[in-house]
Amino acid sequence: MRIINRHPSRGLYILLASLPFIALAVAYSIGSYQRLSVNPADKILPSVTQMMAAMNELMFVPDKRTGDYLFWSDTAISLWRLACGMGISIALSLILGVTAGFIPWVRALVKPFVEAFSLIPPITILPILFIMVGLDEASKITLIAVGTAPLMLRAVALAVEEIPREMIVKAQTLGASTWQMITRVVLPQVLPKLIVATRFALIPAWIFLVSAEAIAAVSGLGYRIFLVRRFLSMDVIIPYVLWITLLAWLMDLTLAMLQRRLFPWFQPEQKS
Amino acid sequence: MTTVVLEKIWKEYGDQIVLENIDITIESGSFVALVGPSGCGKTTLLKMLLGEERPTNGQILLDGIPLKAEPDWDRGVVFQRYSVFPHLTVLGNVLVGREFEQSRFWGRLFGAKRKAAIEDARALLKSVGLSDHENKYPAALSGGMQQRLALAQALMRKPKVLLLDEPFGALDPGIRAEVHALMNELWVEQGITVVMVTHDLSEAFRLGTRVIALERRRNRPEEKERYGATIAHDIPVWPPKKQKKLNGSGAAIEPPALVATDVSAAVH
Repeated sequence: MRIINRHPSRGLYILLASLPFIALAVAYSIGSYQRLSVNPADKILPSVTQMMAAMNELMFVPDKRTGDYLFWSDTAISLWRLACGMGISIALSLILGVTAGFIPWVRALVKPFVEAFSLIPPITILPILFIMVGLDEASKITLIAVGTAPLMLRAVALAVEEIPREMIVKAQTLGASTWQMITRVVLPQVLPKLIVATRFALIPAWIFLVSAEAIAAVSGLGYRIFLVRRFLSMDVIIPYVLWITLLAWLMDLTLAMLQRRLFPWFQPEQKS
Repeated sequence: MTTVVLEKIWKEYGDQIVLENIDITIESGSFVALVGPSGCGKTTLLKMLLGEERPTNGQILLDGIPLKAEPDWDRGVVFQRYSVFPHLTVLGNVLVGREFEQSRFWGRLFGAKRKAAIEDARALLKSVGLSDHENKYPAALSGGMQQRLALAQALMRKPKVLLLDEPFGALDPGIRAEVHALMNELWVEQGITVVMVTHDLSEAFRLGTRVIALERRRNRPEEKERYGATIAHDIPVWPPKKQKKLNGSGAAIEPPALVATDVSAAVH
């Protein structure tokens, strides 16, 4: 039988799926063990115990200068920035994306501008933001919004344009006004696709968050990683990276679940 | 009491003439089937009746008044596909027309108005045999059921004319016969005026009171673009079919009422 027609059983699937993770962990452990047995003061590949000790310090011992539990305050401020940036993007993409996708006049006004705007590499705007809005929260939130809004706006506008013409004509023959069509036909059909767009946009959102925090910040997950980098503190950097990965994964999972719960009629064609 | 008059309709796309000199008067309560080979412009004609396209020349009158140049409630429609809203349940799909009509801002009804609307919607769902499915989403319905739902949805708004664009073309033969019986029943019971585009001649004669065939008179490649299709045959169907609510003059006495007839029982 051809290999493309052979499917692993459920148990074998789980085994195969976990193999790369196990391989990476094993490779790291071996490397770490070898380096530490040669030089116990080695900082490049810390052992799990060393990482736990370092994280214990950040998670459960208040900082001497501020009195904060740094790991948790970093997490809180980073998530706050991410939520604000994504919130702005979602609001913009809903208002402008839906109207641009549905009303030809708004499309003419919005679409070419957004297409041109989305070609700007967002990170190049960061210095402009620092100069114009200062180094505090606003510049980081704006960077996330600038980096994700054009993407999401285009996805929403496209989702609106993909609604079959027949359905819009049908709504009109049932006497619907433009406003009624937006609220009762367009929005409900676009919302599940907005969640899909949000899941995709979270990837660049994390990149811009960490970049902004690395360049100019006094708190946040990205700030911490780039701060301790100066001391080669891999025992902090690695757990922080794992934590960010876990957070990103949980968000994606939550959104996917939300999409299934809220929109039972919507079955995307994509495979897991 | 709706008459549709098409006066000397021409339709051109650039240099290409699609339709020429179409003159039709459709009496109230008739069921007109438009037939013709593919590409003869029968769907274009239906789109002009819908208000999605405008004739290059000539005009369409609905009860003597020129047609609004965009789709509106006075012309209901059922397409071959995408006629129902996937995000609404079966009941929601039928209700939505009434909600558009009576709730301009919210597009939703509450309280007594909603109750009355639900009652009417249920009666319609019964007459198309979908009573047991009112909480399902369209994706869970078969093709035939979706088209029956689309009919109920269109009738809920009580359009003056019902336009059908090959509504049964994608159905299996067995299901199609079933939906034909239902369509005939609805036309008899509800006193509606129907214009249906189809490429199925037997369907046209089975359902229609009048079959109009469109055809290009000249079809040689070098002439094709300059001569549009026009009415080749206009055949009253024999034996004549009668609607229930007709008076002597052949006009419907009252706006179509909701008559609950369990057609699914009649079909089986």
